[in-house]
Amino acid sequence: MGALLEVEDLTVWLATRRGPRMAVDGLSFQVGSGEIFGIAGESGSGKTMTAMALLGLLPHAARTSGKAVFEGRDLLSMSARQLRAVRGRRIAMVSQDPSTSLHPMLSIETQLTEHMRHHLGLGRSEARGRAVELLATVRIPDPEQALGAHAAQFSGGMRQRIAIAVALACEPRLLLADEPTTALDVTVQAGILRLLHRLRAERELAVVVITHDLGVLSAVADRICVMYGGRTAEVGPRENVLTRPRHPYTRGLLDALPHPEGGAAALRPIPGSPPSLGEVPEGCPFHPRCGYAVPDCRTERPAPVLVEPGHASACPPDPLGGIA
Amino acid sequence: MNSAEPASGSTGAGRRRPARPGGLPLARFLARRLVAAALLCVGITLVAFVLTQLVPGDPAAANLGQRAIGDPAAVAAFRAKYGLDKPVPVQYLTYLGNVLQGNFGMSQQSHRPVAQDLAEYVPATIELALFAIVLSLLVGVALGVVAAVNRDRWPDQVLRVVSLGGVSMPTFWVALVAFYLLFFKFGLLPGGGRLDPGMNPPPYATGFYTIDAALAGEWDVLSSAAGHLVLPSLVLAVYTVGMLMRFTRASVLEILGNDYVRAARAKGLPERVVILRHVLRPAMVAIITVAGVAFGSLLSGAVLVENIFSWPGLGQYAYRSAVNLDLPGIMGVSIVVAAVYILINLLVDLLYGVIDPRIRLT
Repeated sequence: MGALLEVEDLTVWLATRRGPRMAVDGLSFQVGSGEIFGIAGESGSGKTMTAMALLGLLPHAARTSGKAVFEGRDLLSMSARQLRAVRGRRIAMVSQDPSTSLHPMLSIETQLTEHMRHHLGLGRSEARGRAVELLATVRIPDPEQALGAHAAQFSGGMRQRIAIAVALACEPRLLLADEPTTALDVTVQAGILRLLHRLRAERELAVVVITHDLGVLSAVADRICVMYGGRTAEVGPRENVLTRPRHPYTRGLLDALPHPEGGAAALRPIPGSPPSLGEVPEGCPFHPRCGYAVPDCRTERPAPVLVEPGHASACPPDPLGGIA
Repeated sequence: MNSAEPASGSTGAGRRRPARPGGLPLARFLARRLVAAALLCVGITLVAFVLTQLVPGDPAAANLGQRAIGDPAAVAAFRAKYGLDKPVPVQYLTYLGNVLQGNFGMSQQSHRPVAQDLAEYVPATIELALFAIVLSLLVGVALGVVAAVNRDRWPDQVLRVVSLGGVSMPTFWVALVAFYLLFFKFGLLPGGGRLDPGMNPPPYATGFYTIDAALAGEWDVLSSAAGHLVLPSLVLAVYTVGMLMRFTRASVLEILGNDYVRAARAKGLPERVVILRHVLRPAMVAIITVAGVAFGSLLSGAVLVENIFSWPGLGQYAYRSAVNLDLPGIMGVSIVVAAVYILINLLVDLLYGVIDPRIRLT
């Protein structure tokens, strides 16, 4: 599995009233072709800004450094024109809430075909034919009729299926899915995740799933990166990260998930709240909320180190190392 | 971690409503608006009538000469001739009945049927206002989009000054300056009237000289009529351009923050397509609302501009009717202006439906 996307030391500064603030701090990860890679973290952990940086859609006056090599070319040093040729064509995006990400006034046909016609130079009827196939692929009943409809005429789950069809239209190699199931009911979520799983297999599509919900990643991800304060806390194969977490933050996220056999009492929230933009503490960003913090955590900025093959954690004291 | 593998079986709720492109909801939408518009028109006649009853002043005094006014017989004859001796409700019903037959009464000032006057003057003003609103929409929306896309950069700053100037300069002053510079000083544009002196109006079909001339194939008349439209409609448009520019900018900026705009950019579409297709269309909902109101202000602004540019339109007619207390004339003008307002509102409502399918379908 060769790396399709190689992000190296990605740093993103956002412009704020009080000057530039770091939203992503030296993030590195690889995504293999056909792999489902999960990025987990609370809001403000920098996960959405990572996706926006890859697409070149950061807010105005944001700056980046580092590298994001996709198919051998660095996305971060591309011109606007080069990026437009990649966006929607090689890398596509599915965003959180399909009721706001689908255009309320344009027909489904327009939204499904406009970029096919632009990127692939298809004619109207050709693009329409492919749009029907795409809607069938994501299991929209009666695709022909759906083309003439508008977003408001579909349920939330159906809208997200349509948004995924839009993303897949130009047969991208990489799909960035930012909280693809957050706005949906649990049963609908499962259907969308199954769809992503199936598409990956059918199309050798790599998917980056960005979410705050480790439960979502446990269902689909091959590998998981847990982010905190704009940095990697832990990254590794799904099984390792979810069953043998080595970073106290990952542990905390897992303990905060509801278990079917435990009641509400079994939920253990992480004390405190994540740092806001530009207020990431010195040392390990997680130390103020960490039950295992030692004096070094306040001063040393830890980088992820391998704790077992393919599994890295940015917690040098490694208090969970013996537990696994 | 209890990893719940997705359940099998069909997931996701079905479509809420079958797609019905066009069809019944649109017809019902149209019917509702039309009935409301008709009722409003009748209401307007009542208001116009009551208002003229409240106006102090005696039409007999205003229209009879010095000598006749001293003669009770002449006054009584005048009042009987125009039905002024009947009870007020009867006067109204008579008037309403006549109006419904297209009879607005005789103008006491021009001594012609008001309907005939209106047929001549109304198209002149509508032609002027339409020209001005089309001009304003083209220029105002284009500049508003430029300002929004370049938010807080120099084009935005320059255009902010331009739009502020447009809305704050008084129309009469703009009219005088434009008249002086473009006609008197440099002679770039014809000054007053609807046609070159000595030119005959085209055969009457719509009352719009440009359309009538085109219908009759009188191309020199068409070019003269169009040329005469430019200066007064430019002056009228100064204010509405400024207003539309500001609203377009605000509306486009609001739309730019939407998820679906980011989604359109994520598709790699050229920025031009993103703006024109994905941003401008939803922004048009607010813009046409303002344009509808602006059209109304153009009609009232026309009173002044018509006087300065000797444009034989409704504004001049309204002014003469008011000064002479020509009640049939005043009421005719009021009803026509109100009807135009209602028509514009109806048009705006229909355009909402065209722009936003959600309005059509619910």
